[in-house]
Amino acid sequence: MARLLEVKDLKVQFKTREGPVHAVDGVTFHLDAGETLGIVGESGSGKSVTSLSILRLLPMPPAQLVNGTIIYQDKDLADLPESEMRAVRGREIAMIFQDPMTSLNPVLNIESQLIEPLQLHLNMSKNEARQRAIELLEAVGIPDAPRRLRAYPHQFSGGMRQRVMIAIAIAANPKLLIADEPTTALDVTVQAQILELIARLRRDLGTAVILITHDLGVVAGVTDRIIVMYAGKIAEEASTDELFANPRHPYTLGLLASIPHLDEAVTEDLQTIPGSPPDQLHPIAGCPFQPRCPFVLEKCKTYPPYMAVGPNHRAACWVDVTDPAEQERASKRGFIPFRQIRHGFAGESSPAGMSNA
Amino acid sequence: MTLPAATTARASATGAHLSIEDLVMHFPITQGIFIQRQIGAVRAVDGVSLSVKHGETLGLVGESGSGKSTIGRCLVRLYKPTSGHMYFGDQDLAEAEGQQLRMVRRRIQMVFQDPYASLNPRFTVGSLISEPMAIQRTASRAEIHTKTEELLERVGLNRRFIDRYPHEFSGGQRQRIAIARAISIEPEFIVADEPVSALDVSIRAQIINLMQRLQEQMGLTYLFISHDLSVVRHVAPRVAVMYLGKIMEIADRGDIYNEPLHPYTAALLSAVPVPNPRVEKQRKRIILKGDLPSPINIPSGCRFHTRCPLAQEICRQVEPPLEDKTGRSHFAACHFSDQVGPLTRTGSVQGLGTI
Repeated sequence: MARLLEVKDLKVQFKTREGPVHAVDGVTFHLDAGETLGIVGESGSGKSVTSLSILRLLPMPPAQLVNGTIIYQDKDLADLPESEMRAVRGREIAMIFQDPMTSLNPVLNIESQLIEPLQLHLNMSKNEARQRAIELLEAVGIPDAPRRLRAYPHQFSGGMRQRVMIAIAIAANPKLLIADEPTTALDVTVQAQILELIARLRRDLGTAVILITHDLGVVAGVTDRIIVMYAGKIAEEASTDELFANPRHPYTLGLLASIPHLDEAVTEDLQTIPGSPPDQLHPIAGCPFQPRCPFVLEKCKTYPPYMAVGPNHRAACWVDVTDPAEQERASKRGFIPFRQIRHGFAGESSPAGMSNA
Repeated sequence: MTLPAATTARASATGAHLSIEDLVMHFPITQGIFIQRQIGAVRAVDGVSLSVKHGETLGLVGESGSGKSTIGRCLVRLYKPTSGHMYFGDQDLAEAEGQQLRMVRRRIQMVFQDPYASLNPRFTVGSLISEPMAIQRTASRAEIHTKTEELLERVGLNRRFIDRYPHEFSGGQRQRIAIARAISIEPEFIVADEPVSALDVSIRAQIINLMQRLQEQMGLTYLFISHDLSVVRHVAPRVAVMYLGKIMEIADRGDIYNEPLHPYTAALLSAVPVPNPRVEKQRKRIILKGDLPSPINIPSGCRFHTRCPLAQEICRQVEPPLEDKTGRSHFAACHFSDQVGPLTRTGSVQGLGTI
């Protein structure tokens, strides 16, 4: 597959009175055409800042792109003039956000918001654009499209608004769609509808997708590859199947163990990741996960290089977490070996419709 | 109106700690500037009956607008219900007023979703936690300080934090403070309304474990309200599913998750993403059509019929009663509960045009 996007050593800081906040701290990844990449992390991990810097949507200042290149096809978006950048946004790379109510303009009807990218990027006439807008609304599953075109955002439900956002995003047929927590504000049944829609667009239009979320369940179903971020850095990267079958970073392990899995037996206690998320204003030397990590070693005070731990699988950790001796050592700090959590507890079987064969 | 005593006798005979009967909470919609006329009602809770046993956790799940939080708020009497009863021991919470109400609130406390909004930023942690003790006079002024320190430690915080302010704490720590406040007057019952939904994934497990530990230590009874079916399955041995102001299904955890008997429960379960790509790839999803109807204008018959993959003519006309379908206290309100099993196994993923 053709390389679509290549981000190298991206560093983004926010200037504050108390000093710089290291929001993204040396992130390198790539994306191929038509691929779906998941970026997983908690609040403050830098996942949203990474995606916003690709489109240069961060307010500068206070944000500052300290280092890095963002090669999209053969342009470096990091130092593209603003005028050229405007031709990339919406036309080449489009974005949808978490809360469709705040990202749609409440005083314009859907029609004007849908027609704008069509006129701007594809030089369509108003009539052509209106026709295309109706097709787009139908494509994202909004019934009665010609009439709904006249409606205002507040007249749509949350799920419908997110469909409108997606229609606007795909209006100019972008090659890359960045979806930042697109379903977090939605109910589960509506979330299922929207994820299905994104998967179908990708099938039908060949759009590459970057899906940013805190929900490991959401990425498990729809992505090809996953990046796990922690404290502005990539902790681990692997193909989706590989990441869930063979997680190698203690943070990924902790995340997987600390959420109740609907497809597994009910356990007595959930394994926890002790402590709190890191303070990016005062980063500690070395691995940012040290204070919470059961595998921590003296040498973690130096940031580990990315270890290739499998095909297309890298993790930033000094420790081989699959080594029984290391697990034994970590269990003294409260670590429960992963396999034991998965299969060790007898109890109720998997819920209906979920066989873990 | 009713015979609370008789009901209480029945409630205690079945071991119920709390017994809600036909609870209705309608919020009036009015029109007019000088003369306000009622032109309709938001039927947030529309006839709900359920009971929670002593020391048990009942999970209450549903999507936004289902009325699950309204039930919680009625229980602590942030709202006065339109009708119905909420028997708690020998007391009907729906009728309690004044001094009686204050007495009841000593026994029922609430933990809210957003610890950024539920803690007054101008209060120190110490005054936040000790306020209920001061109001309820459960401890003398001299005792309050030591008790507050003990409570901090009990929820896993340092006793030195007593003079700090909420903004100095992370979301997880704030929720610990909110929990310490709720347990400060040693209540019997806690209404937890989405207590972990606003927290980071890595923090949720800490709070869930804390709540379970406190339940064991203090013999607490929980009503655990959440939209997250995975979390509810973990914490609650008995689960109720709400849709548009009514309970669609209520059963023991194993029954409701393994063999749902209501198509809405089946659809909800099939929509929850599971963090396992192998399972995800072969799952059959039941994708529901459309959106939640408005609680102002609830569909006739079964209120789920507009989105139900099993709906027939009878569903449009006759509201199915919530009845025990298996003899194992597995209640479902569906005319076709025998067809839910096949639906779950085959799924019915429809073309996207219909979504």
